[in-house]
Amino acid sequence: MGDVEGQAGDFTVSLKKKPRYIIEEKCTGCATCVKYCPVEYPDPFNQEISDNKAVHVYFSQAIPLVAYIDESCLYLKEGKCDICRGVCQAEAIDFKQTTEKMTVHVGAIILAAGITPFDPAVKDEYGYGRFANVITSMDYERLLSSTGPYEGKVLRASDKQHPKKIAWIQCVGSRRVTEGENSYCSGVCCTYTQKQVILTQDHDAGAECTIFHNDIRSHGKDFERYFKRAEQLPGTRFIRSYAAIDREVPGSQNVVVKYATFDDGVKEEEFDMVVLSVGLNPPAGAQGLADKFGIALNAHGFCTAPDANPMATTRPGIFVSGAFQGPTDIPEAVFTASAAGSQCGELLGYRRGKLAEERIYPPERDVSGETPRIGVFVCHCGANISSVVNMSSAVAYARRLPDVVHAQDQLFSCATNSAKEITELAMEKGLNRVVIAACSPRTLEPLFRDTLREAGLNPYYCEMANIREHCSWVHSKQKEQATQKARDLIRMSVARARHLAPLQEFDLPVNKTALVVGGGIAGMTCALSIANQGHEVHLVEKARDLGGMARRIHATIEGMDVQAYLDDMIRAVYKNPRIHVSHEAAVTDVSGYVGNFITTVKTEGRTKVIKHGASVIAIGADVYQPSEYLYGENDKVFTHIELGERIAAKDEKVVSAQSLVMIQCVGCRNEDRDYCSRVCCSHAVKNALKLKDINPEMDIYILFRDMRTYGLKENYYREASDRDVKFIRYTPDDKPVIEAVEQDGRAMLKVTVPDPVLGMRLELDADVLSLAAAVIPCASTGNIAGLFKVALSPDDFFKEAHVKLKPVEFAADGVFLCGTAHYPKHIHETVNQAYGAAGRVLTLLSNDTVTASGSVAEVKDPDCVSCGACITACAYDAIEFRDTPMGRKAWVNPILCKGDGVCNAKCPTSAIVLKHFTDEAICCQIDAAGVDAAMKEEVGFSQ
Amino acid sequence: MAGVSRLQYANEMRLIRVMCSGRVDLEFILRAFSTGQDGVFIGGCKLNECNYVTHGNYDALGNTYIAKKILQRIGIHTERLRIEFMSSGDGMQLAGIMDGFSESVKTLGPLGSSEGLDRKTLTFKLDTARKLVPYIRLVERERLRVPSKSKAAYENFFTSDAFNRLFDELIGDSLTAGQITSILSERPRSTAEIAEKLQLNPSEVSRHMKRSSQHGLVRYDVDKSCYTLA
Repeated sequence: MGDVEGQAGDFTVSLKKKPRYIIEEKCTGCATCVKYCPVEYPDPFNQEISDNKAVHVYFSQAIPLVAYIDESCLYLKEGKCDICRGVCQAEAIDFKQTTEKMTVHVGAIILAAGITPFDPAVKDEYGYGRFANVITSMDYERLLSSTGPYEGKVLRASDKQHPKKIAWIQCVGSRRVTEGENSYCSGVCCTYTQKQVILTQDHDAGAECTIFHNDIRSHGKDFERYFKRAEQLPGTRFIRSYAAIDREVPGSQNVVVKYATFDDGVKEEEFDMVVLSVGLNPPAGAQGLADKFGIALNAHGFCTAPDANPMATTRPGIFVSGAFQGPTDIPEAVFTASAAGSQCGELLGYRRGKLAEERIYPPERDVSGETPRIGVFVCHCGANISSVVNMSSAVAYARRLPDVVHAQDQLFSCATNSAKEITELAMEKGLNRVVIAACSPRTLEPLFRDTLREAGLNPYYCEMANIREHCSWVHSKQKEQATQKARDLIRMSVARARHLAPLQEFDLPVNKTALVVGGGIAGMTCALSIANQGHEVHLVEKARDLGGMARRIHATIEGMDVQAYLDDMIRAVYKNPRIHVSHEAAVTDVSGYVGNFITTVKTEGRTKVIKHGASVIAIGADVYQPSEYLYGENDKVFTHIELGERIAAKDEKVVSAQSLVMIQCVGCRNEDRDYCSRVCCSHAVKNALKLKDINPEMDIYILFRDMRTYGLKENYYREASDRDVKFIRYTPDDKPVIEAVEQDGRAMLKVTVPDPVLGMRLELDADVLSLAAAVIPCASTGNIAGLFKVALSPDDFFKEAHVKLKPVEFAADGVFLCGTAHYPKHIHETVNQAYGAAGRVLTLLSNDTVTASGSVAEVKDPDCVSCGACITACAYDAIEFRDTPMGRKAWVNPILCKGDGVCNAKCPTSAIVLKHFTDEAICCQIDAAGVDAAMKEEVGFSQ
Repeated sequence: MAGVSRLQYANEMRLIRVMCSGRVDLEFILRAFSTGQDGVFIGGCKLNECNYVTHGNYDALGNTYIAKKILQRIGIHTERLRIEFMSSGDGMQLAGIMDGFSESVKTLGPLGSSEGLDRKTLTFKLDTARKLVPYIRLVERERLRVPSKSKAAYENFFTSDAFNRLFDELIGDSLTAGQITSILSERPRSTAEIAEKLQLNPSEVSRHMKRSSQHGLVRYDVDKSCYTLA
């Protein structure tokens, strides 16, 4: 990064690009150079545990799959050795490359610099670097990986043996105020450690795993269950204790850990390996980055913005996403990315699409009446295939197969000149089907389909035989058999190609309006962001007023005035001419599909029918009404939300209390609701601090199971503790007991709780008792889920399409999710997710059309007996009954069909067909696979 | 990942791409054996980690159990059919499974050799089963579907006595009846001949012939004292 000049909407950024010594456009990622490179140096991707070559691809799933040359290269150092240049058939190696300077003009900038793992070497006491068998969780992560240093084997550095007894030490670098470490909680380590334990047990069922931890922070969606799963594994111990690395045992090089428990006092235990669960630091060089961009960082070095807009930085037009905001998990990183995108959209929406150019293809030739004329192109992939598979044998064989009118080899079929060759030959020889025998269709099928379009052929006439990943790479020492296999795979592909049909991808128009259900912070934030990008939004709120649950929250722990924030937001909603609000509204019917929904809403005695292209569900959550701890029976017992309201109202009874007790985890983390409500620990601390501000003499006790003040909120927990708020841990099998008593004329509550530290029962006198009542799904959740045909998680919150990677989408296209309807969350997290959903909505609405794949299911009406087997099989609700002149028949909506073909295998009359993977095409492939060797040589194959 | 990681494994496998293991039809499995494959392997996503939302891999698992039962009925070693679930990152696992499966199929030898069935008989039996596929799909939906999606639930159901009884009642008998119809279509045969040809107990054959006569599918030719298709 060089300089950044200009302002929002018009930045000029200078960049320096280090030489890679590889011409990216020519490199095919074949890695032949890696094989021949003589220099080995520690592999940075594998935490320098194993070696890699001076020229290598950074990691095996890298995109783009292109090599680079490291400074350790002999040629770069001493001008000796350029073996790689000799072996690279793509001629991609270029030692003349120098640092490239460039300038880019952009309207907005997103900082997604991520995090740097904490380096435990800064503290001698962790023994990292001193003891061979003390490693970090990042090291361990690589050891577990099949692309890791030992191909997925967990081995010790000292003797390359499998460790049997492994310890994890939590909070390394986190939740510690000592010099060089971080006071905040990194928020992800508890769960990643549990994952590592589960994977370790998968690798080696006999492994003994011990986790030394402080609070277990399973505040993420489904994490409570995940913790239980790890905890219940045989051979696994979770021990709540600070643990110190004591020494290395001479000889075995095992590591001795010292720890203390309430029951047994200080103990020493020997482990084969110790994993330090390191926390998250701000990205390396964050300050330099901040200086260049002219933005401010917080005291920890993160780019943390206020609650109201966590994507904003102190400089307009520059946004931040992901863990650079502060420690976050994957789902938050994903939706803040989309959220930052949405904010760029608000800024630059008026120029959306102005740089796009439409590609023009030649008209498609109708070849449906022709007999198959198949061209086969066998790719050398440099030497990747040709060094194993006998090319001339494969090509000669292909030439003899039925309907093959042309067969040849190519050095790289994916190269531009090869694509041109295929196009020209297709036209010259009148090919109407093309088989490419090369690599996996997962990577290059789109490219070859495009090649066919350039030749005026339907792209679905392309077929690939994977003779690299499935053949030359995995049978490299069995050349003869590999050649035979390549010939067989080509024969099978040719057989299949004969049955391919031209398929149309078709476009349906997108209605540019959005519907947002729920007028709380999530719904309003999302609606505003969508409207600010030029789209009409219908905002549906069940109550008389906008605001939702936030109406009852007065301040965040960070100090934001929620009511003022809410008032501003509501005003912005009403002022926005593109947002149409329906009050006292209920959704009564939803039909249609992505891009074209029709929703009926009953509002204030009227019925509205809304046509829209996208739907957002932001209906929020409710508060559990406790049936325990005298709630509702005694007027001294409140929920945390009620307590917050009374503090804001300066209720004498509350603010002048001598003693106040809070009980955490009321109504969740139990059998009925097996999840953590995520926000209550911070609420408790927030209320406690507020009360201490007002009445410093008040005795405040927080009875908790695990304090889950994750991320930067940990600092407030520490502050509360410093200000003499007493934290007492209880366990669910020995819960606090409440009794209403009167003592010396003072009516109060007697709270009895066991204290594990003192080993005795404490009796606390409380004037006020506040309960951390669980966050529970909204009563209308089930109804809304049914209307929009979306699924619910086991805890009855809405179920996103993928818990990590698609946190605001549903399996049903065109329906999105944000806020506490997804899972309990803080206001800033809700804002993040609401912008994230808006970003995804814009991705849909900014297109004029949605495109359906050609490879979707279709029903042959005469064969359909309307049994409904396909309809039950389809989890996408893509199939429905329709009345036809032939009676009631199943019908597939091609926009909704994802092409998995489960329906095809269920239909008793074979009436439903997955196009491109038809029974006919697959059966021909099966038959072609089964032809005997003798027949292969003589007649090709039957059919 | 096996490919990208250049893991070396057995070379006997010929691959056919489907977008979801749930697309793998019973017909595909039986057809592969019928056209001379010595083993059939189905690879799907890890259970409960479906790439789609359909959990079609459970359908593949259910089909595999049914196919194995059919193979067993026909007299083909069920180890010739295998299903495994893995992610694209499980290259090591794939390589290991390929080696193991290849080895076990090699131990069994070419299809029929360790079963004592000649090629013609095999094809005949498999083709009879293939004719039942549409019917099995109907039956599967009505009676053989496992309500809960877990590996244990599938295993419990498909190894239960209840499943065995259902299979015999719903599919096994049809398989026998189908074979009888097929050989009767060649020429009329006596009960003893049928029993010998299909290696069945004569009383079993009689039971079938009685039911088929009632259904009007076959009739007894008194003159020739043998059964013929009606």
